[in-house]
Amino acid sequence: MSLEKITNPLNARHWIGDMEADYVYTLGVAGERFFKELKEKGRIMGAKCPRCNTVFVPPRLYCEECFAKLDEWVEVGKEGAVHTFTIATIDIDGSKLEKPVTYALIKFEGVHGGIIHKIGETDKVTIGMKVKAVLKPPSERVASINDIKYFKPTE
Amino acid sequence: MFGKKRVAIVGAGITLFRRNLKETGKELSYHASKMALDAAGLELRDIKSVVMGSAPDAFDGVHMKGEYLADGAGAYHKPYTRVFVGGGTGVFTPLAGWWHVASGQFDTCLVVCEEKMSSCYPHPQFAFTTIFDPILERPVGMNLVWIFALEMNRYMHRHNIKKEDIALVSVKNKRNALDNPIAQLAARITVEDVLNSEIMAWPVQRLDISPTSDGAAAVVLASEDVAKEVTDNPVWIDGVGWCIDSTQWTDRDLYYPDYVECAARMAYKMAGIKNPPKEIDLAEPYDPFDYKELHHMEGLLLCKKGEAPKLTKEGVTQRDGDLPTCPSGGLLGCGNPIAAAGLMKVSEIFWQLRGEAGKRQIRGDPRTGVAQAWGDLMQYGAVIVLRR
Amino acid sequence: MSVKIKNFPGEELETKVIKEGKIPTERCRPKAKFAWSAGIAISRFLDELKNGKIIATTCSKCGRIMVPPRIYCEKCYAPTDGWAYVKDTGVVNTFSVSFLAADATRLKEPIIVAIINLDGASEGMGIVHRIEEVPDWKEVKIGMKVKAVWKPPRERTGSITDIKYFKLMRE
Repeated sequence: MSLEKITNPLNARHWIGDMEADYVYTLGVAGERFFKELKEKGRIMGAKCPRCNTVFVPPRLYCEECFAKLDEWVEVGKEGAVHTFTIATIDIDGSKLEKPVTYALIKFEGVHGGIIHKIGETDKVTIGMKVKAVLKPPSERVASINDIKYFKPTE
Repeated sequence: MFGKKRVAIVGAGITLFRRNLKETGKELSYHASKMALDAAGLELRDIKSVVMGSAPDAFDGVHMKGEYLADGAGAYHKPYTRVFVGGGTGVFTPLAGWWHVASGQFDTCLVVCEEKMSSCYPHPQFAFTTIFDPILERPVGMNLVWIFALEMNRYMHRHNIKKEDIALVSVKNKRNALDNPIAQLAARITVEDVLNSEIMAWPVQRLDISPTSDGAAAVVLASEDVAKEVTDNPVWIDGVGWCIDSTQWTDRDLYYPDYVECAARMAYKMAGIKNPPKEIDLAEPYDPFDYKELHHMEGLLLCKKGEAPKLTKEGVTQRDGDLPTCPSGGLLGCGNPIAAAGLMKVSEIFWQLRGEAGKRQIRGDPRTGVAQAWGDLMQYGAVIVLRR
Repeated sequence: MSVKIKNFPGEELETKVIKEGKIPTERCRPKAKFAWSAGIAISRFLDELKNGKIIATTCSKCGRIMVPPRIYCEKCYAPTDGWAYVKDTGVVNTFSVSFLAADATRLKEPIIVAIINLDGASEGMGIVHRIEEVPDWKEVKIGMKVKAVWKPPRERTGSITDIKYFKLMRE
């Protein structure tokens, strides 16, 4: 039995390969409606459970607590607050980023859930900081989470 | 009695099976689960545990797929388990659900199976190739269809079976599926159509194979006391069996699935079945390829080795025959969203035993049914025996 | 499919609707690179292939000579306790003639893949490889004798493809 301590798999007898796969994800029934609202009307929507009175963002087809079908959609507005954040200094491959990027979980008043996105137009981010979504111009939106460019602090 | 409590299926639900569905995996799980709960007359809060079955994460393209699907399967804040044994998942998941209830730990269990294979682009088959040994098999250029072809060839050779006899299964199942509202590939085809279809990997031709699909299915399990309160017509899980063989598939003679026989014996022993062909009224063996129905019928001890094609030719396995096999239309007719397909077979037996199968209903008074699924690198057998 | 249920949920989409971008979707290609350890047994197997030889491991409890080699006998659940060379000739156990490549694209000229029971190994022990030099694929039958065709020594890298393919041994 080999007792050498090896931390790099390339130092042991190996075979290189990759797992090839491309993915195309449909947005789902609820998801498609959420992103269409974002793209066409520039608004962030939530879905309300008639039994629990909870509003979910991102909206979904069903209430995860009571399993009721969610047919009532409400506008949540573009303003929220930073629930928590992190400052990324390296990219997905582990290389250093030119400029650090702040990612935050933004929650909305009275809403269950939130959106993860970038914080822009500021270097100072604090928990609880009030922020507002900045959208791309309508012609550039494609019904994606990146139709929101980032969230910026409201004064 | 095996287990502390007797376990029944009290409700079942299913979505359409199609090549592409718009719903996300979570939404599919929700639809099937809600339908099963409604059928059982239960609310989500009546469910004490949830078991999810879903095949490789690589299909949906979501790592830790079980966790991703959890809330769609009603598992919010509940004890939750995900199981996965490749194609065997659809029958293995209710087995895992059975453990939850038979042990006495939970009175109810929601069993859900989901698959969204359309996310894998351009074809989910690509994700499959990673099942092969990266050093010894992938460099040879393995394609998934090859393993079926190698197994089919060996089966044909060993028992001297012609392609015409195997094609009869595809004809039967696609025709049965015409009466199944969720079916993806129901059709009236002939043996000639099968023999003239495109050669994929000889001896496998296009009409010998089931397609990839999106879909979900769910069943609600309840312990004896709860089942009797909830329904007049519980269907009991009287036998469970499961078994695995090695991935060194090149060591084996592929003409016979030993591991299916092993799982079947375990389930039959528990159910007290000594003479399977006589005591079983209908069967749903796993049929992703037409020869597999025959291969599995033999592994399930429903006939002697090599005899399954004869029974098919004689019409024994038709819906009005002595041993209706795949009355649902099977995977060949309904589609193959891997895990959901196996649970579809279990649900079919459930509906047949209750007399709710409509145009697909088999005659007589069926009391005992067996469903089986097969998975991984031709190595896994899961068998369930249901009784009314 | 119970008669009690009238509507089955699911919104069907045609493949071309997705391909042509007619509905919004998200695309992602995960980067997944791997360096799989060959392991103790297969490392030696690959080294021997580079030398033009095929090696197996043996289990003295059950007497099997196993290829591909492994460090434990899965039947006896004990370590294998010896190595033995097997021949590079064998018999076709089963085969398939594939018009599909690994990525499911269609091929004009088929690939013939087979499980070959190598001479000298225990019954049923096989390896997967291709059969080539077959002008008419309908000629191939289970039970035919085959022989390995190797790459020249300087082209071998210690891989299963150091054997280029197997060819039929015509009498």
